[in-house]
Amino acid sequence: MDRQLIQRGLDRTTLPRFLLWLLPWLLLAAWGGTSATQLFRDGLYHTNMDNRFAFGLWIILDLAIIALGAGAFFLGFMTYLMRRHEFKQVLNTAVIVGFVCYSGAIVTLAIDVGQPVRAWFAFWHANVHSMLTEVTFCITCYLLVLLIEYIPIVLKNRRLRTVPGATVLEFNLHKLMVVFAGVGAFLSFFHQGSLGGMFGVLNGRPFAYREGVGIWPTTFFLFIWSAISAGPSFIMLITMIVQGVTRKKLVDDFVLSRLGRLSGILLSTYIIAKVADTVVWIMVTLPGKGFDAAEFYRSDMFGAWVLFLELTVFGLLPATILLNRRRVEKMPWLIAGGFLTCFGVAFNRFVFTLQTLSVPTMSFDRFMIYWPSQQEWGVLAGVVAYGVILYSLSFRYLNLFPRERELQTTTGSN
Amino acid sequence: METHSKATVCYAMVIDLDKCVGCGTCNVACAIENNVSVPPPEALENRGLTWMRTQRVDNGKAWPDHRTVTVPIPCQHCEHAPCIHVCPVTAVQLDESTGIIGQIPTRCMGCRYCMAACPYHARYFNWFDPKWPEGLQDTLNPDVAPRMRGVAEKCNFCHGRLDRARELAAAEGRPAAEPVHYTPACAEACPHGAITFGNRLEEGGPIAALEKKPEAFRLLEALGTAPKVTYLSREPWIRRIGLSRLDRVRGHGDGPEGA
Repeated sequence: MDRQLIQRGLDRTTLPRFLLWLLPWLLLAAWGGTSATQLFRDGLYHTNMDNRFAFGLWIILDLAIIALGAGAFFLGFMTYLMRRHEFKQVLNTAVIVGFVCYSGAIVTLAIDVGQPVRAWFAFWHANVHSMLTEVTFCITCYLLVLLIEYIPIVLKNRRLRTVPGATVLEFNLHKLMVVFAGVGAFLSFFHQGSLGGMFGVLNGRPFAYREGVGIWPTTFFLFIWSAISAGPSFIMLITMIVQGVTRKKLVDDFVLSRLGRLSGILLSTYIIAKVADTVVWIMVTLPGKGFDAAEFYRSDMFGAWVLFLELTVFGLLPATILLNRRRVEKMPWLIAGGFLTCFGVAFNRFVFTLQTLSVPTMSFDRFMIYWPSQQEWGVLAGVVAYGVILYSLSFRYLNLFPRERELQTTTGSN
Repeated sequence: METHSKATVCYAMVIDLDKCVGCGTCNVACAIENNVSVPPPEALENRGLTWMRTQRVDNGKAWPDHRTVTVPIPCQHCEHAPCIHVCPVTAVQLDESTGIIGQIPTRCMGCRYCMAACPYHARYFNWFDPKWPEGLQDTLNPDVAPRMRGVAEKCNFCHGRLDRARELAAAEGRPAAEPVHYTPACAEACPHGAITFGNRLEEGGPIAALEKKPEAFRLLEALGTAPKVTYLSREPWIRRIGLSRLDRVRGHGDGPEGA
């Protein structure tokens, strides 16, 4: 049965070896499931969040994976609307990674809210002024778009192709992909931005608050920009990891280089905007609210090194690496640049979430620190494991890399 | 966002810190009036529930110049409240007829975005199922619904008492538009009369007069949230605790450290 589900011409490892690969991830998923059950049953007191740290590890995870999942919409946009057809080689992977990221984020959010059964209130009692409403609507709609984009990939499975209706549906959905790519780009633009806007509109939290451009704070645009910078790098890294684990060549090297360079171009422009935003924040926004930037970087946990790391090690450095045509053709440079870019966007989300809550607002407040509980780590591990398992199953039974057959050299695992 | 500009009522509170001795009676009276549940003993610091936090602050100096003050911090009911526009489910609302920022616990889905938005840390989350020690549940106030686990809550200027005052006014045949007077539990219980509550739009009323005093200040005025809770003190170092750190430096003050 297993063999009959694997695409013709694709070399996949034996079922026992595949199950052995899944085993640790299933254990992590079980840890996540146990933690989630405890949290649903007993409440959020199992976390280490408190009245001051209202957001914690899960919000950082949500923001980070949604930013990293931006490759799905951005590469769809580049392929179908900008007609950069070389990215078709990684588009299926981008869709699945995007689906994993967004569905993982929604599951995490459902665990994070105190009353998950009231999640539908976000639609029924929607506050149109809230950035979180915009996030909720756009993420939900975009997850549906990703599901629609995922379906044709699934319907191409060897067994499903024997069902006539499935083939017709796959063909018709494929014809509509350009429309879904456009809708996905539109929705993603808004929810990536709204996630940034969530922090930028906090007029009572000077660390996060930013000046407005039109009706949106600058973080709205910076979050979109940083997400589309990191998205291609993340797809590039995932592809490289899959190539490494399976010991197969799955895409042409030049595609990986172009993904890296695309990230480099976007990241370099993002860093310029980020520096400008930081200068305005320090010189105009903060003094206007009676605050001084230096006071936000005085704790042991959040020193000035935070800003330095974000702008240089996770900004200028990967941008310099990935902008260089010769460097992006060498895998070690590409990996280093891609990793720093992806880590940088996650670090940015970490800073916005945690430092915003950590720094004092009133003169008698203290810096506070937070460390996640075992259950919080469990949910994170569960979400990561869910992603790996879904991707592994998709890789085994679906044709994620259209060029695989031609490029394949037979040394296999997974 | 100008609010209730045509209203004739805007409830506000003035707390005289020079009269406050930090006894915590306001805190207890508030908890009893509003059925604030008692967290279990294993609750971590910052997991408790109170609608009237009492923060001890000192002047940062060594004895004999050491001074302390207790600052009762309820929800500041800001004119430009940072918590209203962030709530995705419209569970935080401004009552334009009273100026009170209300919280609807049965609509709150517990995302805690409002808590992240509040610079005064005046919002609290129900981390635990609401419970009271044996026998204490018999004393619950029937006019105020206890909140369930997983929702945010905060001071609402004793809305239950406002409702009762309105019912009484209606029973007496007074017109609905006529402002009603009532006293929140904290103001009623304070043994030193440190808390004054009333309608700040009432001409010649106590609130308007107290808010104009030179010793009046508000917390973090530079943020532009325009709180409806005003503090009073004749001590310059106490007045400086309301300032942000940069404003204290600009004022050449040597401010307090958290106690």
